[in-house]
Amino acid sequence: MSHTTLPRPAKTAESAGPPRETPRRRHWSRRPNPVAGLGATLWLLVVLIPIYAMLSASLTPQEQALTENPLRPPTNPTLDNYNTVLDSGFGHLLANTVITAVAVVGIVLVLSVPLAYVAVRTRSRWSGAAFRLFLLGVAIPAQAVVVPLYLLISKLGLYDTLPAVILPTAAFAMPVSVLILTGTLRDISEELYEAMALDGASPLRMLLQLTVPLAKGGISTVVIYSALQAWNGFLFPLIFTQSDGPRVLTLGLFNYVSQFGVNIPALLASVVLSGIPIFVVYLLARRALVSGLMGVGGK
Amino acid sequence: MSVTVDKRPPGRPQAARPAKGARAGRPHAAWALPGVLFFAFFAIVPMALALYLSFTEWDGLSDPKPVGLANWQKLLDDPRLTQSLWLTVLLTVCSWAFQTVVALLLGVWAAGPQRNRAVLSAIFFVPLVLSSAAIALLFYALLDPNFGVIRTGILGSSSGAFLAIVFVGGWQFIPLHTLIYQGGARQIPAVLYQAATVDGAGRYRQFFSITLPQLRHTMTTSSVMMIAGSLTYFETVLLLTRGGPGTDTAILPYLMYEAGFESYDFGYASAIASFLVIAATGLSLLLVRLTGFGGMRSTREGM
Repeated sequence: MSHTTLPRPAKTAESAGPPRETPRRRHWSRRPNPVAGLGATLWLLVVLIPIYAMLSASLTPQEQALTENPLRPPTNPTLDNYNTVLDSGFGHLLANTVITAVAVVGIVLVLSVPLAYVAVRTRSRWSGAAFRLFLLGVAIPAQAVVVPLYLLISKLGLYDTLPAVILPTAAFAMPVSVLILTGTLRDISEELYEAMALDGASPLRMLLQLTVPLAKGGISTVVIYSALQAWNGFLFPLIFTQSDGPRVLTLGLFNYVSQFGVNIPALLASVVLSGIPIFVVYLLARRALVSGLMGVGGK
Repeated sequence: MSVTVDKRPPGRPQAARPAKGARAGRPHAAWALPGVLFFAFFAIVPMALALYLSFTEWDGLSDPKPVGLANWQKLLDDPRLTQSLWLTVLLTVCSWAFQTVVALLLGVWAAGPQRNRAVLSAIFFVPLVLSSAAIALLFYALLDPNFGVIRTGILGSSSGAFLAIVFVGGWQFIPLHTLIYQGGARQIPAVLYQAATVDGAGRYRQFFSITLPQLRHTMTTSSVMMIAGSLTYFETVLLLTRGGPGTDTAILPYLMYEAGFESYDFGYASAIASFLVIAATGLSLLLVRLTGFGGMRSTREGM
């Protein structure tokens, strides 16, 4: 019976990313465009110069940081700054961030997939109202609720724990996730559901065997989006945690400012180190990451 | 949470109305409940709570004491409010313009045929591996007037600090929006360009008559994200300028943070927060109305 779900796998490919039309266009229209090429090169410099300055400064011994020309490669490069950062609990910060990201992704998926499923599949007034609630939620900035959340979190006894960061982060990742998922789910054709209904499948079975497999594109976008929200989150950790125990990476970087003080090379080394994990993910799963991020824009 | 999801439905719909094919197998609306409750608890309830706290005096430790409209009175009399409102609007507009122009051009270019495009796209991607805090810190370390790598006075002047925030925001978010525009531009059917070429339309004509109109949905989505996102430049402000020089880059969220978590005047901070919620809700209603973003129809229709 589950085979009834399979006849149109093309649908997933379509919603997963842009159709591969580029090769055909390539022969046709455009000759290279020198003006655009120039513009792109200019932006390339805008991106690369700060990164270059960061890498070069992070390799400069602290004593020379103020005298060296930032655009010249360091005269005697050293990894000391990186050791300074690694010795000050960087691994712990990274572990906390990874735990936060995994938990946020899990919560968001478990809660928003059924929600989007209901929003698309039922015609009841309640589901429409729930959907509009989330639509409005997109624009509520987390800053706006941080004071009362602080009250709630302390009353729940969660202050200065990882859940204090995880739960609100997940909640604030939900509106966009629900929007992305409803967009994807709406593209699954009604006939497939009807076919499964004829076979007597329950709504749960349809969700697991039809909707989820066909919505892979949208789901992976939601995974990437919510993982990045957790990765980037700064305000919630800043306000809901205090001690070293539950400190996450972004907040750790902030604390390095006072900890390292004027040791700018070490500060920059910590910035470089904080970027490495996502860079590794990018190298390993470039296609998935890029198409997932494109999907955040929807359509 | 998932337990609720698993237990609720089995058997119910087909037992209720097995005959009607079209309505069979619809999930019960209660499936949405865990998600709705979770979101309501962490986002909607706090909003109501913020409104309540805005009528109290609270130092974060003792119990909140009701003080009527005092906080709102103070807010309306606060000269920093007008300044930061104006700043927030200006920041939103400048960031939107800067990011849209650059991301649109880069995205369309990156969707094109150049051979070195893959390498360049990979480099454009680099800022995306850094968190907002890391990026703000990077530019702080580069631009700090005393100990920074470049040691400029940019952050010391109010227009310089403002432009630095716009630039850093752009540096951070343009890669994402470039990807979004690149995705949009790739979906434009090649036939349109072929027809235009046959008709003798030049490159720039094609850009304005085909590419731009075809990208209007992409532009809507990207703009909504940018506008909603510019309310969250808090990290950049906190790490890069600390609202300074003076209060010249203290956007609304920063003002709230300062009132609450540096001056411990949570009642006043809640008044600012409530104001922020009202402004943000108004803005999002306006955006939804103007753009039809998230309408109940498939966007792939007719493709």
